[in-house]
Amino acid sequence: MGFLATHAKAFFLTELVKGMSVSFKYMFKPTITLNYPYEKGPLSPRFRGEHCLRRYPNGEERCIACKLCEAACPAQAITIEVEPRDDGSRRTTRYDIDMTKCIFCGFCQEACPVDAVVEGPNFEYTTETREELFYDKDKLLSNGERWEVELAARIALDAPYR
Amino acid sequence: MVELWDVYIWPAAWIVIKILAIVVPLLVAVAYLTYAERKIIAMMHRRKGPNVVGPFGLLQPFADGLKLFLKETIIPTGANRGVFIIAPCLTFTLAMVAWAVIPFGEGMVLSDINVGLLYLMAISSLGVYGILMAGWASNSIYAFLGGLREAAQMVSYELAMGFIMVCVLLMAGSMNLTDIVMAQKDMWYVLPLFPLAVIFLICILAETARHPFDLPEGEAELVTGYNVEYSSMAFALFFLGEYANMIVMSGMLTTLFLGGWLPIMDVAPLNMIPGPVWFALKTSFVLFFFLWVRATFPRYRYDQVMRLGWKVFLPVTLAAVIIISGVLVATGNAPTIG
Repeated sequence: MGFLATHAKAFFLTELVKGMSVSFKYMFKPTITLNYPYEKGPLSPRFRGEHCLRRYPNGEERCIACKLCEAACPAQAITIEVEPRDDGSRRTTRYDIDMTKCIFCGFCQEACPVDAVVEGPNFEYTTETREELFYDKDKLLSNGERWEVELAARIALDAPYR
Repeated sequence: MVELWDVYIWPAAWIVIKILAIVVPLLVAVAYLTYAERKIIAMMHRRKGPNVVGPFGLLQPFADGLKLFLKETIIPTGANRGVFIIAPCLTFTLAMVAWAVIPFGEGMVLSDINVGLLYLMAISSLGVYGILMAGWASNSIYAFLGGLREAAQMVSYELAMGFIMVCVLLMAGSMNLTDIVMAQKDMWYVLPLFPLAVIFLICILAETARHPFDLPEGEAELVTGYNVEYSSMAFALFFLGEYANMIVMSGMLTTLFLGGWLPIMDVAPLNMIPGPVWFALKTSFVLFFFLWVRATFPRYRYDQVMRLGWKVFLPVTLAAVIIISGVLVATGNAPTIG
């Protein structure tokens, strides 16, 4: 472009006018934001959110205290203690997950042979204190009860790819 | 007693009422300018903007105000207390005081002085002091650099603004803003002085330190500039002052170039609308431009800002003064003294 053309462009602010017309046009396009607390984005069945401990349909807890999740956990967030129950079966007396350590890698659910520990679809579990994020067995089991329908559906959806 | 009432009390009360009639709508306008800014920029970014507090987020400015009001005022130990506190008050007051001479309609002006233009120029120049004082009194490097930048920028662009005002003054033959508006009855000055109106628009962007000239704020390198150390109401005063300044400058542009309170055409449906409404509409249009520019352009580099002010606008406006006065003298339209 010649000297004259360059300076004419600068003088008549053509590029600025072009830019402003673009932003003006965009003003009338529909918004692409989700209205978050009321609208939510889609989640994959593999989404790894808050942990749950599941039970069998007859109410028996799935976890057999094999400690594979504890061993697999790269952040060492899981603590398990075991004692035989009165009927002789092997059960956990303590199953803690420190949610402040957890990195949500999903290795625990991969390691679990009985699909007991699962990362659910819930990611909205903020608390006001740090202590509330140290989940114990009761909390994890109650999570499992609350989310069981969705958890089962997610596992069924993902099963063909495993 | 009657004399006391008629001569002293009532006129004073009347002035206070008139001042309140200007300042209260102005403060509401400032509050809603922040809302409009967030909403319009959000629209241009295809976002939603504030939409939770009240219907369409209309109460958002008041929520923000309340939040700032309830916060603790922190004065840094190293700061110069007196100057630190005076600076925001000064900025805010100057932004309000400028409204005294701007006419909202035929005869609707707080003080119809014959040097209105000069007064506006003086007040907008004084605005530098609030910012310099804030930058210096904070005793912080960021605030100091921000203050220096803003001061340099305001001084540079004021020159070009001054010359453009001289051009308008030559055309209208009066410094009284009401006379200037009345002189635009046949043709708004934006048409004959179009390039100058554009330069004036860019100058007021730089003068109020708005995008793309918001170097004094420069989040990336200066955090937020001269008001880093301010919190609570002191910060709110700066914020109000900054936005009130935007409205003042838009009002100034409206008065000088867009025919103030005059309707677009002096025909039946348009001239039924009262003057203040026209004034508000035109000012809002200029303010919309401020926000539009902010949504569109990236920030200038500092040396480019200075180059634009000193090497482009200053010579161009200086030439404009000479050319316009030459044309006016040649055609015998030059204003006469007295």
